[in-house]
Amino acid sequence: MALVAKENTGLRLAARYAVLVLVALVFAFPLVFMVISSLKPDLQLLQDTGSLRAFLPVGDISLDNYFAAFERAPIGRFMLNSVIVTVVTVVLSIVICSVAAFSFAFLNWRGRGVILSIILATLIIPFETIAIPLLLEVSRLPWLGVEGIEWGWLNTYRVQIIPWIVDALTIFLFVQYFKDLPKELIEAARAEGASWFQVYHKIVMPLSGPVLATAAILKSLKMYNEQYLWPLIVVQDEAHRPIMVGLGYFFQLDVAWGELMAYLTLISVPVLVFYLILQRAFIASIASTGVKG
Amino acid sequence: MASKLTTSNRAGWGFALPGFALIATFIILPFFLAFLFSLTNQRLISPNPTEFIGLKNYRDLLSVAVLTIEPERDAAGEIVRDDAGEIQYPRVRTITRSGDFPQYKGMREWFRWQSGDDAKVVIAKDVVFMKALRNTLIFVLFIVPLQGGGALLLALLINQKLRGINIFRTVYFMPVVISIVVVSLLWRFIYDGNDGLLNNILNALSFGLFEPVDWLGNTDTALGSIIAMSAWQAVGFHMVIWLSGLQTISPTFYEVAAIEGASKWQTFRFVTWPGLRNTAVLVLIVITMQAFALFAQIDVMTNGGPLDATQTLVFQTVERGYGKQDISGGSTISVILFLIVLAISLVQRYLTRERD
Amino acid sequence: MKLKKTFTAALMATTAIGGAAAAQTELALWYHGAGNEVEGKIINQIIDEFNASQSDYKVMIESFPQLSYNDSVVAAALAGNLPCILDTDGPNMPNWAWSGYMQPLPIDEAEFANFLPGTKGIYDGKLYSIGLWDAAVALYARQSTLDELGLRTPTLAEPWTGEEFMAALDAAKASGKYDYALDLGMNDQGEWYPYAFSPFLQSFGGDIVDRSAYQTAEGALNGDAALEFGAWWQKLFAEGYAPGTSEDPADQQTGFIDGSFAFQWNGNWRAVATMAEVDDVLFLPAPDFGNGNTIGAGSWQFGVTTSCAAPDGATAFIEYALQDKYLAAFSDALGLIPSTASAAQMTENYKEGGPLAVFYDLSAEQALIRPVTPGYVVEAKVFIKALADIANGADVADTLDAAVDEIDADIEANGGYGH
Repeated sequence: MALVAKENTGLRLAARYAVLVLVALVFAFPLVFMVISSLKPDLQLLQDTGSLRAFLPVGDISLDNYFAAFERAPIGRFMLNSVIVTVVTVVLSIVICSVAAFSFAFLNWRGRGVILSIILATLIIPFETIAIPLLLEVSRLPWLGVEGIEWGWLNTYRVQIIPWIVDALTIFLFVQYFKDLPKELIEAARAEGASWFQVYHKIVMPLSGPVLATAAILKSLKMYNEQYLWPLIVVQDEAHRPIMVGLGYFFQLDVAWGELMAYLTLISVPVLVFYLILQRAFIASIASTGVKG
Repeated sequence: MASKLTTSNRAGWGFALPGFALIATFIILPFFLAFLFSLTNQRLISPNPTEFIGLKNYRDLLSVAVLTIEPERDAAGEIVRDDAGEIQYPRVRTITRSGDFPQYKGMREWFRWQSGDDAKVVIAKDVVFMKALRNTLIFVLFIVPLQGGGALLLALLINQKLRGINIFRTVYFMPVVISIVVVSLLWRFIYDGNDGLLNNILNALSFGLFEPVDWLGNTDTALGSIIAMSAWQAVGFHMVIWLSGLQTISPTFYEVAAIEGASKWQTFRFVTWPGLRNTAVLVLIVITMQAFALFAQIDVMTNGGPLDATQTLVFQTVERGYGKQDISGGSTISVILFLIVLAISLVQRYLTRERD
Repeated sequence: MKLKKTFTAALMATTAIGGAAAAQTELALWYHGAGNEVEGKIINQIIDEFNASQSDYKVMIESFPQLSYNDSVVAAALAGNLPCILDTDGPNMPNWAWSGYMQPLPIDEAEFANFLPGTKGIYDGKLYSIGLWDAAVALYARQSTLDELGLRTPTLAEPWTGEEFMAALDAAKASGKYDYALDLGMNDQGEWYPYAFSPFLQSFGGDIVDRSAYQTAEGALNGDAALEFGAWWQKLFAEGYAPGTSEDPADQQTGFIDGSFAFQWNGNWRAVATMAEVDDVLFLPAPDFGNGNTIGAGSWQFGVTTSCAAPDGATAFIEYALQDKYLAAFSDALGLIPSTASAAQMTENYKEGGPLAVFYDLSAEQALIRPVTPGYVVEAKVFIKALADIANGADVADTLDAAVDEIDADIEANGGYGH
């Protein structure tokens, strides 16, 4: 829980806020630069980068870059694709990973240690290593479609979702969190005859607000912001293309700096909103969990 | 801990199977394939059939030798020195490219040191790989305390009951919300040697005494600049993890400490830190893993330069695998990376293991 | 590799069967111009008009951002998912043809006899791809700069010698008016380097690889001529004539226009934009360092993949797109050189007396395409790194030796690349 508030009198309070604000400036400035730059024409944007003018909405301010950006690339489509892929992956990920983590944290079964170690070992594998083998794999996988079995997963949503559902970090997060939960609750429930699934569903999950929010935030960031190489090689049509591949549209013969900034600002909005929403859930769950105080 | 868990094979396997099956299919299987590639001469696209070549890729990457080079001597047998008084040595290429030493063919100088009058030169078959290895290790060494420790400080700062603290938490998290590619693009402007923001700010703060530095173009500062920027971007990420760990510490402990008159430092050391144990392990391991995967910033900002100062292992994997169409070479680097990180993480896990 | 080939063959067979049954065959075309609105408009127009002009084939376009186009294509090739008509960057074509992904175009030689040499993608004696335009590089300068510094204006027939060029740079540097005398665009460490800078190497007498047999780079990339080139190259940066690899990408776009650079070595795709901002801009030919002066050649070209079910239809489309009116349209929009002289007369910039007309002759007479070998993909990467390292101060001889070693090892590892 938060430290007990004491000594919050005048000068100390001001000092605390001063520190917080100073640190905040350090973290906020590139975002401010990005948003402000998106409002300026290219030439002015570039000239302003060397000075404080980069953070000030001065000069020729307009929304022209945004209109131009929409003409250059189907931004709405890209964002829709990224949002669909992100949301579906995050939801499935939370369920499957927490279920798996439950078994590692609370149950004892043959092979538990080995399997957990293997899973954690995959944390080390950077995606670039397995990109090509994975490509060869998914281009041959079957899928039960409307018309029967289809082969190859390219140019779909599922190829952008399914390989990413389970990752070692999410499982690890849940495992570490579950290990900190009080065992007495679990034992009490089992003594009353609850099945393991009921323990998971009724006892552990309700207490997991903080880690659920954390896992959701981190996974959604990864799926939304970092999906570049994979969609590049498995998606060849614009209809399924996500936002980070769309970035290339602004790097044709000349870099369209202003439009680029507009694009970057636009694509940052959903993540920001998602994070703000989750933040509230995060705080609310802290307040409501009786055990954690 | 194990004795307190209830044994239930069916439930255990049942719960773990979906997750494990997905990871096995989409991560473990491809990685195994990549490992097989490293033992062949697999190309990205090629009409030539793939051949099994065993450990040749590994030898090509890791071959190292030490040469002892004697100084040049003139007709009288005196050592030749140049204008600055430095001893002149024959060029390494006269040895490696001569027919006398076929085992050194294709090797290049990595670094050298003086031993008496002779120069000891370490030559390697793949100097770029060695530099990538060194840079990656340096990066990890610096980023773990910088990012992990910095994130903890931020978490402690944020974990106060002040009005509007959530606004600050959101702001500190901002850089994480932006993709690292975007951050790299923005910071490239900031680090610019001619008119970059950083140079201008430092110049203003030092009242004109500060000389502009070409942060990304100078071999001494390039890697450090990347380290600073990477820490800046990701520290909010780990602040969130530390925070969720801090939230699990029961406030009663803090009340007890307050009652007993503990100082801030003592409170931290005896109440906070022990309760953060599991979180600390998580943060440490995650930062280390992510640090070894350093790629995007290099790709956008420096392309491995200047003079390999920012070369990293994953960057080399991509460069060889995709850029130079040598999938087997890229896979070899990946396997070596995997083994290194596995070794380090095993050491980490051993040092931080739970002592029941 | 074998498994994939069988899979590809199976795919071909099934699509062929499917194709014969359909009334109108759909041909997929992949293009590198996503995000470029002017290119998009013209190519879409060509496609619409082709589709309307006949009813056997329907071309459907899928656009990709240029930045990642090659990666997307190679990945699709691995997955057996290539389109019928493929847009390829000239020097990459041999690699894709050698790998078995492109087939020769069944176009009569007479039809493209009058095309600029750089637009013809000929590999192994056969035509695999053909381009609607060619690009060139020139030395951008202002007439006023030349006058101020008292320099002779070089022409195609009488370009600057190496000494004259360095004297010009010295004069610019001494004047103190410019941040740098010359801008080379060093921040763009991609295909720009071999395209823009290998002509300098060739002008000294070296080359990226020995073109007699394409089996080694020894002597070409690390011979005496190349060492001279390397020393000159290093001097440009060591003595502050040009910004190095850490150059701000924005500077390349605006530096010449706003007067930070006296001269700029830049492609003619920026010519139109520059002419709009600078009244007295001149496009000067490359200096001659002793072995004649050449310029790069070979830009984007259309070809047909081996997995195409209807190569005749694909070829019909390509021939349709090669009509002079379309070549002229692209040229006017992008500022690039149209492939035929007749098309050139229809354009704003390249007709008789047009501002960029000199480029047409330059391309016709002095263009030297990059090495036509499947090994080029690797050679380009090695060349880029060598040039960047030398610019950053590495030892010239060692760097070039290392580059040669790497290229030679790669050629050997690929069984000589089929030469």
